[in-house]
Amino acid sequence: MRLHRPNLLLEVLRPLGQLLVFILGASAVISVITVLTAFLIRGTRTDMDLLQITLILLPQVLIDGIVLGFMYATIALGYTMVYGVLEFINFAHGEFFMFGAFAGVEFLVWMQGQGWLPEGQGWLAYLLLAGAVGVGMLISGSISVSTERIAYRPLRGAPRLVPLISAIGVSFLLQDVMRFYQSTANGAFYRTFPTFGGFSERITLFALPLDDREITIAIQMTSILIIVVGSVMLVGLNYLVNATRLGRAIRSVAQDRNTAYLMGVDVNRIIAVTFLIGGALGGAAGVLWSFRFTRADPYMGFFPGLKAFTAAVLGGIGSIVGAMLGGMVLGLLESFAAAYLTIFTRGAFGAEYKDIFAFAILILILIFRPSGLLGGKTTQKA
Amino acid sequence: MSVARHSQLSPLQRLLQGTPGLWIVLAVAAGASYGFVQSPRSLPVRLLLIFSLLLIYFMPQKGWVKLLYGGGMLLIVLPYLGLFNPFLMELGFQIAAFATLAIGLNIVVGFAGLLDLGYVAFFAVGAYLWAFFGSQQLWHTDEAPGTFTIFATFPFPAWWFWIFLGVGVVGAAFTGVLLGFPVLRLRGDYLAIVTLGFGEVIRVMANNLDKPINLTNGPQGITPIQRPPIPSFFTSPEILEQLGQLAGRPVGLNDLYGFFFYFMAVAILVLAIFLALRLDNSKLGRAWTAIREDDVAAVAMGVPLRRTKLAAFAIGASFSGAMGVLYAANRTFVSPETFSLTVSISILVMVILGGLGSIAGVVLGAAIVTMLNIDILQTLSLQLSSLRQGSGTIPLLGIPWASLPTQLDPARYQRLFFGLLLIVMMIFRPEGIIPSQRRRLELHEEPAQEPPAAQIEGEIEPDHKLES
Repeated sequence: MRLHRPNLLLEVLRPLGQLLVFILGASAVISVITVLTAFLIRGTRTDMDLLQITLILLPQVLIDGIVLGFMYATIALGYTMVYGVLEFINFAHGEFFMFGAFAGVEFLVWMQGQGWLPEGQGWLAYLLLAGAVGVGMLISGSISVSTERIAYRPLRGAPRLVPLISAIGVSFLLQDVMRFYQSTANGAFYRTFPTFGGFSERITLFALPLDDREITIAIQMTSILIIVVGSVMLVGLNYLVNATRLGRAIRSVAQDRNTAYLMGVDVNRIIAVTFLIGGALGGAAGVLWSFRFTRADPYMGFFPGLKAFTAAVLGGIGSIVGAMLGGMVLGLLESFAAAYLTIFTRGAFGAEYKDIFAFAILILILIFRPSGLLGGKTTQKA
Repeated sequence: MSVARHSQLSPLQRLLQGTPGLWIVLAVAAGASYGFVQSPRSLPVRLLLIFSLLLIYFMPQKGWVKLLYGGGMLLIVLPYLGLFNPFLMELGFQIAAFATLAIGLNIVVGFAGLLDLGYVAFFAVGAYLWAFFGSQQLWHTDEAPGTFTIFATFPFPAWWFWIFLGVGVVGAAFTGVLLGFPVLRLRGDYLAIVTLGFGEVIRVMANNLDKPINLTNGPQGITPIQRPPIPSFFTSPEILEQLGQLAGRPVGLNDLYGFFFYFMAVAILVLAIFLALRLDNSKLGRAWTAIREDDVAAVAMGVPLRRTKLAAFAIGASFSGAMGVLYAANRTFVSPETFSLTVSISILVMVILGGLGSIAGVVLGAAIVTMLNIDILQTLSLQLSSLRQGSGTIPLLGIPWASLPTQLDPARYQRLFFGLLLIVMMIFRPEGIIPSQRRRLELHEEPAQEPPAAQIEGEIEPDHKLES
């Protein structure tokens, strides 16, 4: 019955290519705008050469932005999956992310307690990190599925605000459940990511000679790993959705639940699987987030969740590649805002305003192009 | 008509009918008041007081009787009891303040169906308006937080508070329109996320607008903020002494302010209830209902969508603005912390818990959530910590109380209770405790008509079922 056999290589290479184009394109655009701005307003500051400082900072800011973008993108994948299938904003996704982060950190802390965490680099360190990601995916995947079963499924078919409010409830509940657990079990409500495997080591990419000094551009092992894992997640999810039988079932449910049901697709199971995948991706992103920022706390899911949602809307919610693109744009913008806003405005507006950036973008996108950058059809339904 | 009404009465209401009912309610209220005079700090007595107010609302009596009872309770009995424990006035103030906010949010969410998750932003606008002009912040706009000294005088005299009450209303309504314009085209959950973002933007700005011009004094917040002047008649020593004799303890200016803010909040609340009731039955209210149910159809019927939505945002926000001004004066201090997302959500919980679109329900919801927030959970925490210091053991489990970790503090887990409340309400009673007529009909159809659709395993909506 299969009409065309998906080309495996193509399904893997195409999203990777798109991703590369997005990264390069977005980086180029935003860099040019920033440098141009610096050039235009360089006269406002006499205490430093604005243009030079901008250029010195640029490569590092770019790298940080791309890494941040990958993280937003991986969280956004979960939003986009669930929205694509149910047209429902899973407000609690940030909390699945948080649970994943804690699960990964707890796993590593337990390993540390057993004395199994290696000091230096090596295959064991990578294996343990993969294990942490796996544990995080497992835990947040199961939380996600149970949430769907308990708090969302009974409300299917109710007015749209009803499941959304329930999701807000789940989000609040999960935050305090984790806080409760952590503070009773460990005394403090946050957890520090154990240092191991020498991942924080910086790898020098290249050195730029500038006047009398040399600027080295370095990237942390952490960042490389995040980029690799993020790309694998994107490609894997894209393959799953576009080239497998399960993916076809998911797409059919997304398109028309009732017809899919009549065609023999087990709609409830597919929705549960969607939540499993979305939650697991969120969990993996959570472990990576705490890996990069070396900390997990019960409220960590809120802002990344909100921004990842912005990213998903920006890219066109429901589209996997769009989520990647949106995350990248948002990550870059935020990184640039954090680095340059203070310099450009003589300290009047600090990096604190980077959060406002995300929301301003969200509002602008929703006003001018509600279907997002890549969304074809209009996605907004009442 | 009256037969039909009587058949809908709950068992409790049947008990409160007629003259015996009047006496029963009076007895409960009197008993609660007596109990309060005897032990002014007891939580069950406070709950009983609130319960007697609820009984007054529920008793099937004539309107003016209920008004008399309710007015007597709110304006005479509670302030009198407040002499014995000033916390009662604080509690009353907070409940009235949050009930006003909830009524404002109810206009946006309940009447017009626009889910606003950043409602606290309007509250912040009102509060910061009076905080800026009612304190010395105006003189410190070019100084960094924490570096300036506090003077004895203020740029605006305290009576300007009354003017700023109006300014707060206008300012918040303006902000509501400002938010409303860009989000006019958004519906449902997109609107929710954008308003949430807007709330966070206001909070971030309050946190960071201490430079380049120091408007909000950053995270430290603005203090001291002036309180409006109390007429000198009340502050005269004779009056204070008489009140003191009544209370059996010295009564000072702070107690007077407790009463003052209580009465102010109740007055604003009553005004808000009145306005909301009138709006609900007005042309505008029907337009809100129409766009809530189906905005495309509403537009087709000639409802001006843009104006109607903006009116909902503006009017809903204006209640919040007035309360913000009052709140800033009451606390004499505002900081960005007061305006977090948790507050927005807890106001939403009040609305949902009581019943979307139902004014009485919303006020009840505000009372429950506020009691939970500042009274019940705090009392539980205190009790728990005193038990922890004792040597007793938990009954049945046999574990000593002292071994419980100190983090186990109910007052810190508001979010847990709110989250649970939201989920449970959505699953079991989405129309709220006192539902509005329309929503009850919408969400709970008469069982005789059709079996509920949710029981079909395939989750197919009933109108799509195959017709045989």
